[in-house]
Amino acid sequence: MSPSKLFFMRMRGMLRKEMLQIRRDPSSIALAVVLPMALLFLFGYGVSLDAENVPVAVVMDDNGPPARDLMARFLGSRYFHFRQAACVSEAQQWLAEGQVDGIVHLQDNLTARLAQGRPAQVQAIINGVDANRARLIQGYFQGLLQTWQSQRMMQGDAVARPMVGLAPRIWFNEAAVSRNFLVPGLITLIMTLIGILLTALVIAREWERGTMEALLATPLRRFDLLLAKVLPYFILGMAGMGLSLVVAVTLFGVPLRGSIVALFGLSAVFMLASQGFGLLISAAIRVQFVAAQISIMAGFLPAFFLSGLLFDLESTPLPIQMASHIVPARYFVAISHTLFMAGDLWPVLLPNTIILAGMATFFMVMAYRKISKRLE
Amino acid sequence: MNSLHRLAALIVKEFTLILKDPKSRFVIIGPPLIQFFVFGYAAVYDVKHVRYAVLDQDRSALSRELLASLSSAESFERVAQLTSTTQIDRIIDHQKARLVIHVGPHFSRNLMNGEPALVQVIVDGRNSNVALIALGYIGDIVGGFNQALAGRMASGRSAPGLVSVERAWFNANLESQWFIVSGLGGLISMVVVMIITSLSVARERESGTFDQLLVAPFTPAEILIGKSLPGVLFGMLDALLFAAGAVLWFGVPFRGTIAALVASLACFIITIVGVGLLVSSLSRTMQQALLGSFVYIMPSVVLSGFTTPVANMPGWLQAGTLLNPLRHIVVALRRIFLQGADLPTVWPQIWPLLLMACVTLTTAAWLFRHRTQ
Amino acid sequence: MSHTAANIVLKVDRLHKTFAGQGKPSVQALKGVSLAAAAGCVTGLIGADGAGKSTLIRIAAGLLRPTQGAVRVLGLDSTAAPLEIQRWVGYMPQRFGLYEDLNVRENMDLHADLQGVPDSERAVRYQRLLAMTGLGPFTRRMAGNLSGGMKQKLGLACALIKSPRMLLLDEPTVGVDPVSRRELWKIVYQLVDETGIAVLLSTAYLDEAERCHQVAVLHEGEKIAEGPPARFSKQMRGRVFIAEPPAVAKPRQVQARLAGSDGILDATIRSGRVRLVTDGRTTIADRLFKPWAIALQAADPCFEDAFMALIPQTQPHPVVPELPTPPAVSVDSGVVVQVASLSKRFGAFEAVKGLSFEVRRGEIFGLLGPNGAGKSTTFRMLCGLLSASGGDIAVAGRNLRRASSRARARLGYMAQKFSLYTQLSVAENLLFFGRAYGLSGRRLSRRMAWAYTEFDLGRRQEQPAGALPGGYKQRLAMAAALLHEPDILFLDEPTSGVDPLARREFWLRINGFAEQGVTVVVTTHFMEEAEYCDRLLIMSQGEQLALGTPADIRQLARKKGEQEPTIEDAFITLAQDSVDTAA
Repeated sequence: MSPSKLFFMRMRGMLRKEMLQIRRDPSSIALAVVLPMALLFLFGYGVSLDAENVPVAVVMDDNGPPARDLMARFLGSRYFHFRQAACVSEAQQWLAEGQVDGIVHLQDNLTARLAQGRPAQVQAIINGVDANRARLIQGYFQGLLQTWQSQRMMQGDAVARPMVGLAPRIWFNEAAVSRNFLVPGLITLIMTLIGILLTALVIAREWERGTMEALLATPLRRFDLLLAKVLPYFILGMAGMGLSLVVAVTLFGVPLRGSIVALFGLSAVFMLASQGFGLLISAAIRVQFVAAQISIMAGFLPAFFLSGLLFDLESTPLPIQMASHIVPARYFVAISHTLFMAGDLWPVLLPNTIILAGMATFFMVMAYRKISKRLE
Repeated sequence: MNSLHRLAALIVKEFTLILKDPKSRFVIIGPPLIQFFVFGYAAVYDVKHVRYAVLDQDRSALSRELLASLSSAESFERVAQLTSTTQIDRIIDHQKARLVIHVGPHFSRNLMNGEPALVQVIVDGRNSNVALIALGYIGDIVGGFNQALAGRMASGRSAPGLVSVERAWFNANLESQWFIVSGLGGLISMVVVMIITSLSVARERESGTFDQLLVAPFTPAEILIGKSLPGVLFGMLDALLFAAGAVLWFGVPFRGTIAALVASLACFIITIVGVGLLVSSLSRTMQQALLGSFVYIMPSVVLSGFTTPVANMPGWLQAGTLLNPLRHIVVALRRIFLQGADLPTVWPQIWPLLLMACVTLTTAAWLFRHRTQ
Repeated sequence: MSHTAANIVLKVDRLHKTFAGQGKPSVQALKGVSLAAAAGCVTGLIGADGAGKSTLIRIAAGLLRPTQGAVRVLGLDSTAAPLEIQRWVGYMPQRFGLYEDLNVRENMDLHADLQGVPDSERAVRYQRLLAMTGLGPFTRRMAGNLSGGMKQKLGLACALIKSPRMLLLDEPTVGVDPVSRRELWKIVYQLVDETGIAVLLSTAYLDEAERCHQVAVLHEGEKIAEGPPARFSKQMRGRVFIAEPPAVAKPRQVQARLAGSDGILDATIRSGRVRLVTDGRTTIADRLFKPWAIALQAADPCFEDAFMALIPQTQPHPVVPELPTPPAVSVDSGVVVQVASLSKRFGAFEAVKGLSFEVRRGEIFGLLGPNGAGKSTTFRMLCGLLSASGGDIAVAGRNLRRASSRARARLGYMAQKFSLYTQLSVAENLLFFGRAYGLSGRRLSRRMAWAYTEFDLGRRQEQPAGALPGGYKQRLAMAAALLHEPDILFLDEPTSGVDPLARREFWLRINGFAEQGVTVVVTTHFMEEAEYCDRLLIMSQGEQLALGTPADIRQLARKKGEQEPTIEDAFITLAQDSVDTAA
């Protein structure tokens, strides 16, 4: 038989074997399907940075028309849920107990001062424990006041001084829904799990069970072995990505503005980089326990914290930013954010893809060199 | 007496095992330290060095003044000066800048004529959180500019209307590092405790020594105590160390009482020891125990309010988080550190922990004997 | 079937292999071994664990690189052309290397694909292999659900999938029941006769050496002898004797007395009699046999006798152990362990089916059977580690699963694989187990001192248990189990993975403890060890095959006119009977 025919026969055998094993082994299914789905739902529902219905106490010491008008605007906001407090001390009590996250105090001279054309103050106290949330609440609150003021200006209620107004426009994510950036980032995490953890575990398992020795003693070449281990889990990872994509778009309403072809193509590059890393781990480690430990420490944690999928990398100190450059997930988070929210912007996608492709090649070549047809 | 004697032997053995094994020693010190610093520095929501571009079509003294007040703000970093609106697309799309401030050609004229002058801000929304926070900062700066303007032009004619005066309690400068770092002790001690306890039983199961323990005249309660104590002790040690680190290294204020801190941490760690023992009772190998811990830790962190607020979750999920021990300790720690809670104040967080500890520990003890293969 | 230059298929030339240890001293697995294997010939590598057998076979299969020297297979160098060799060689690793979650057919398909067997040839090839191995009816069964013997045959079928020119078998018969072992040998011979294939196999079973055409004895990485097995036995002529124990003494008492005496290299119990191997120089003094009058009969030497004489006995031969003070129990022959219609199911799988037996005080009671027979399950139920699905167990009158911790304090337990805390030192292990069983103060230090001298552990007190050599691990485990002077001793596979010398030493000690009134319950898959038990239960596939004294059981297989059968013969007869009745 010709060498190529023998090669295809070997690949057929290995792939069939891997597929049967994946199908019959509950832990592969758990890692490849259950865990990603659990993560997706957890993130989709459990992780959100959008404050809505923030409970706020309002103390109205002034009952004039402008105060009541302002109040009506507050009540109509979807960001806040107002609760009227009798006095400032009651509101402060609520804040300390955690019943409300903020206090708005309309002082008794509000109407009078506005009528006199003097600046009137609205006091706001925010619970600053969760600083990010506090900032967002602050932003919403200022936005509310501003719209109210510009409306008053239009109506000519108060002859206001000329002033600078802001016309903000948030591109790609008009309503600034945090889910739109969290869920595409999460897909990175899921692919990392399958690519690194699962790939490293299945090979370590062959060593532990003694089946690797039987494989090595056959005419299987190193290249065959590498390919046979990459291909099935590559398909699994891409399937996980596809599934996540469907859930993200249909259930969570995340927009996909780029093309599906680009998404799958670039995901494939990232998947190969992850798998290369997983293979490298498994070439060095033949015990499942240690392989799992290293995959989590060196694969999962950096993909979570140093990739920008939740925390903004540009705001971190320089050493952390520098460290993040060796994390493949960082580049794919940028790719998936752009693809989902902005579209096929090749000037953004290309550099990231090139780096990922470089990493994939590097890891694969290293893994190929490390894979040995010998036991030592 | 005999029981105490046996128990002492068991405890001595557990500690020797952990302290003798370089890998276990490392688990107690290495990863927690790394996590402490990575979390402390990388897990922040503060927005810094926001790269922005400017398109000033007005080129007046006023517009320059407004833009100058922006460039002096430390959160922003100007990267480009644009000359036409057609450049905006490109610079945002390509992520060369995260926002563009566009001052229109009639800016100063409008202001002088007493008409509102709008400044357009175009923000890259790919990270919606950064977008919102950056917008908030710009709102502050523009507000300040308005007030200064009003003061200067106050020829007594009329007023700028409403001015909001905002104050943040407990964290006046709104440092998100305080928010993350104050809860870190809970998170890291959870990881350490889960790994120490779940692996300690799984390791013995894998090497067959667990059978020796079960056949020896230990009662399940003795094994439970022997297996729990190292986790409790090292977990406590780590948690208190990082509480001190939060104050001394990251400068987080400590406003509550030590008693409240120790009591709530102790209850939490005992609960987690129970969870760790449960995981290890259900696993046959160390690898399963490790993955089991991982599978527990991940959702438990996501659903704890440690990184993202519980209040933003749907109602049913918020109710579900009440079963998560980490949620309670994170709330307790933040109240102790930042809000100055004492023991009675954190009681609402402590009793659910105690209840969960009872459930997890008794189940684990029962499983010791009834799940052997 | 001789080694002529023409039909040499494998040639090992001054082979050295050193494993560099990380942090540990490097291990010299092979030290200049040379040998050859010919086509149409079964060559056996004989040696204890750690002798270097597996290393040699793995180098031949191209899986390891030699440090020095070379192996040529079919004229190809194993370092330079491993892929080419792997095309022509069938290799079965230890534990058979099967995918347990693939069925018989799928395992064979995989190997056929990897070896490039054309699809058109497969039907014929499969049929032939399945018929040969008897796996025909089980092609859809998962490999993990096969018995040890069937796994071994499937492993062999996979190695043979493309009619290799040479077969490498690494410990093919470990943990496999005697019936399957004999079947394997039959298959191997059939192959050699029909196809003229060369077979190189390693084994630690000394009785299997006799079945090879040619053997090489390895010891600690060196080849210490080579030749046809018959030549080995011939050298021993006149040095092997059989002593018939007198009616007043048990065979093991006589054996214990003789073992380790001057001039006696080996003493074992065979079919109720003591077999002695002398050094051929010293005349055996009569005083040895006092107070009994025992006459020595010359016996036909076998390979094992030669092996025991060849192995340099570096360790001081175990003396009859200094015995612990007898536990304060009345020496009645009361029943200590009572088991009635015990059964255990795991899901649909019935691991133990209705066992009933009892163990009397001071008895050595053996649970025998191949791997997977259900002995460990039974044993774990006895110790209270596993709950029974049905039936009753009483150990010292109680079910240990529910008994108080005080009841458990009276027994000693030694788990499979010498389960000790490997990171703790010898002293720390002993201290922990002593205290766990309530020893303290002077009694504890007295017992630890006893353990150090009795088991020769004194010099190794500070060594971590994990760093001990195999034999010492077993000693430490035993010391830990005996520290508190238990009434009943439970030993799970204490001799598996231990070399023949350590196994002999172990049984000598057990004898000693039994003499002191300690009840011993022990499991083993070595059939010949049954001779050391007072009574035994032979299990196969969860069922009782036989129960009684070794003599009773041998009786079951006795046929007129033949020589005295061994326990293994009895097992085979019984196993075949049970298959016949089932069919």
